[in-house]
Amino acid sequence: MDEIQSLLQGFAIVLTLKNVALMFTGIVLGVIIGVLPGLGGANGVAILLPLTFSMAQAPGGTTSAIILLSCIYWGALFGGAITSILFNIPGEPWSVATTFDGYPLAQKGRAGEALTAAFTSSFVGALVAVIVITFLSPIVAGFALEFGPPEFFSVYLLTFCAFIGMSKEPPFKTLATMMLGFALAAVGTDPVTGTLRLTFGSTHLLTGFDFLIAVIGLFGIGEILLTLEEGLAFKGAQAKMNMKVVIETWKELPKYWLTSIRSSVVGCFMGIVPGGATPASFMSYGVARRFSKDGDKFGTGMVEGVVAPETAAHAAGTAALLPMLTLGVPGSPTAAVLLGGLLIWGLQPGPLLFVEQKDFVWGLIASMYLGNIVGLIVVLTCVPLFAAILRVPFSVIAPIIIVICAIGAYTVHNSIFDVWMMLVFGVAGYVFKKLQYPLAPLVLAIVLGDRAESSFRQAMLISQGDMTVFFSNSLVGSLTGLALFLLFWPLLSLLLARLRARY
Amino acid sequence: MRSQFVRIAGSVAVIAGVAALPPAALAQWEPTKTVEFIIPAGTGGGADQMARTAQAIIAKHGLMKQSMVVVNKAGGAGAEGFLDVKGAQGDPHKIIITLSNLFTTPLATGVPFNWRDLTPVKMLALDQFVLWTNASKPYKSAKEYIAAAKAAGGKFKMAGTGAKQEDQIITAAIEQLTGAKFIYIPFRGGGDVAVQLVGNHADSTVNNPIEAVAHWRGGKLKPLCVFDPKRMPYKAKVTDTMSWADIPTCKEGGLDVDYLMLRGIFMPGGVTPDQVKYYVELFRKVQATPEWKDLMERGAFNQTSLEGKEYADWVAREEARHVQLMKAAKFIAGQ
Repeated sequence: MDEIQSLLQGFAIVLTLKNVALMFTGIVLGVIIGVLPGLGGANGVAILLPLTFSMAQAPGGTTSAIILLSCIYWGALFGGAITSILFNIPGEPWSVATTFDGYPLAQKGRAGEALTAAFTSSFVGALVAVIVITFLSPIVAGFALEFGPPEFFSVYLLTFCAFIGMSKEPPFKTLATMMLGFALAAVGTDPVTGTLRLTFGSTHLLTGFDFLIAVIGLFGIGEILLTLEEGLAFKGAQAKMNMKVVIETWKELPKYWLTSIRSSVVGCFMGIVPGGATPASFMSYGVARRFSKDGDKFGTGMVEGVVAPETAAHAAGTAALLPMLTLGVPGSPTAAVLLGGLLIWGLQPGPLLFVEQKDFVWGLIASMYLGNIVGLIVVLTCVPLFAAILRVPFSVIAPIIIVICAIGAYTVHNSIFDVWMMLVFGVAGYVFKKLQYPLAPLVLAIVLGDRAESSFRQAMLISQGDMTVFFSNSLVGSLTGLALFLLFWPLLSLLLARLRARY
Repeated sequence: MRSQFVRIAGSVAVIAGVAALPPAALAQWEPTKTVEFIIPAGTGGGADQMARTAQAIIAKHGLMKQSMVVVNKAGGAGAEGFLDVKGAQGDPHKIIITLSNLFTTPLATGVPFNWRDLTPVKMLALDQFVLWTNASKPYKSAKEYIAAAKAAGGKFKMAGTGAKQEDQIITAAIEQLTGAKFIYIPFRGGGDVAVQLVGNHADSTVNNPIEAVAHWRGGKLKPLCVFDPKRMPYKAKVTDTMSWADIPTCKEGGLDVDYLMLRGIFMPGGVTPDQVKYYVELFRKVQATPEWKDLMERGAFNQTSLEGKEYADWVAREEARHVQLMKAAKFIAGQ
């Protein structure tokens, strides 16, 4: 068991006073970054990157530097859930799926429970992924090499299909909002021809519609407009405010072991591929809704509906570091910045990193274990504090939320135009909710639309327009097949039920 | 009361003293507030790494009294960043690092800007491009590879970063020179491109050295030639048998194409010569640090570094070349 020995050595490197202090600093900073919508893990890490430059030049300093930065990343992963649950504003793309059941829970006065479930399952997801990295990295590292454009497209297709096929909303409303999302995602630069499209000559539209601006508007501002209409009060102000809620939720969580395992598998797969934490969370939520015996109640405030996306998002976010280290392919925007950091410090991510920089790699892996434990402790002790925010009168907190949202939208591109766009999206979100159009497919399409488009068109370039490329080998064939199966599942089950009734 | 009067009198004297300093000291322009360093590309890429390293060096060695913030403005293939600097006419607290998208973006998208809207400050380095194939393939030289590509009749796949940017322009230049045809597949970043080649989803790439070096050392990729008229100067062994200097130039390998990418600094238009001089000096100091030299060696950069008129002339020549290459490849917007 070479791995265990290396890991213990890693712990020895990490467990110095300085490194543990850095770990706490990183986690706390990360949680704050994750809570503020718009700032985001990638920006947070990028801002602090130059600070680590001189740190990395001391002996063993690269390990300290990566501990600080990766702990910001873990913190941001944790923090993203907080505003999703309390205010229906996802701080990070991968926490969108957490709002579906997390926010209804908070409205029922069960915010503490939802937060505890979210943090705990984040921890579980991350732990599973670190264990996979520790023991299976030589085997799974090469898996990402199997993934060319057709394979990536089939993964995105699977995410979309898992989500549509499992949706309870009227299928045509789902389809309509999803198509609107694709249209918004298409604005900006065409990824294959490099020309501008749908910008109508406006320089503001060059950058396209950033996911964060859409989400802050649709969810955050839209929700505030709804609350304004329904009466100026938070539902869920009676949230429990002591640590007992943590223990009580923990007692309930083992019930969802199957969901946890499924979500961890989905998450690890999506992280290693690397497909990213956002599709992982959506896919996992869709699958959990399908297989849970309370699937019909998803969206009304089910703890299981918080467990599934959070476990998968963290498993994917953590597992994404593996392709980053062994292949130099970042699985998320934040991993891309970390990758830049490694290069600036003079480390070369790639197949030889595990051989040449043993101390660094195992120090990092050890810090993943410790960082997540530290993170869990930090956020759990704050649960009553976070839940107490809901007791602040709405008329005080609503303006604060709007200001934070506006700052968040502005930060994305430092542009005031984005703040106006946020307000437009806010009104759109309100109208959508009044007309009972689902917002989630729209958001999913904005997040994954351009990536899915790129992969599809790359695959078409490779095959010269031949669609059979999506069935050309067993890997891509089974992914596409599974996607189509999930898409038509509702029709199939209807058909089966009829057949059964007849005989 | 008296003491207060003395204090006021004292500060008046200080102000008078400052005003009385010799004019030479006053002429020396310095930033008076935070300097914004714009990157017309995303986080994690080559330009981003270089700018953030420079920022870190400036902070670490205290080369500038004011602080520097790095801002990514990647929208519209970098047009967002260039338009921002173009719009900041006369603002000496804004600088931008450029890639080849300084030329390619306005040509390919028709977005209204040109490098002449900006003030050239200093070339920091030139980035190299290397022709890579999977190590399991039999090609020993660029010539053999091109011959195989020709024989395949347009089925060979070239993976690269971005559309109608440097990688695709090199591909077009190869096609124009040799008559071989490639299917160019654009990806998001250099790391993705390298992995696509390792996984045999593409036949070749023109990755920058730093993007592919890990896989070269891991024995998965092999370099065929470098698109620089001269060999790279770095003689330290990178793999067991080869150094950067051992890679033949493409011309030696029978493929007479050369291409280097500008990594240079520009300021908005309408700034004073004093202000330009300040940044020239600043980046000279950055280039003198050991950290910068490390970065140059790691990325196997071409360390040509021009200033003033020479720099502007170089940029003008490159622009003309890009227009010609892109015209021939039909990459120009509305063409």
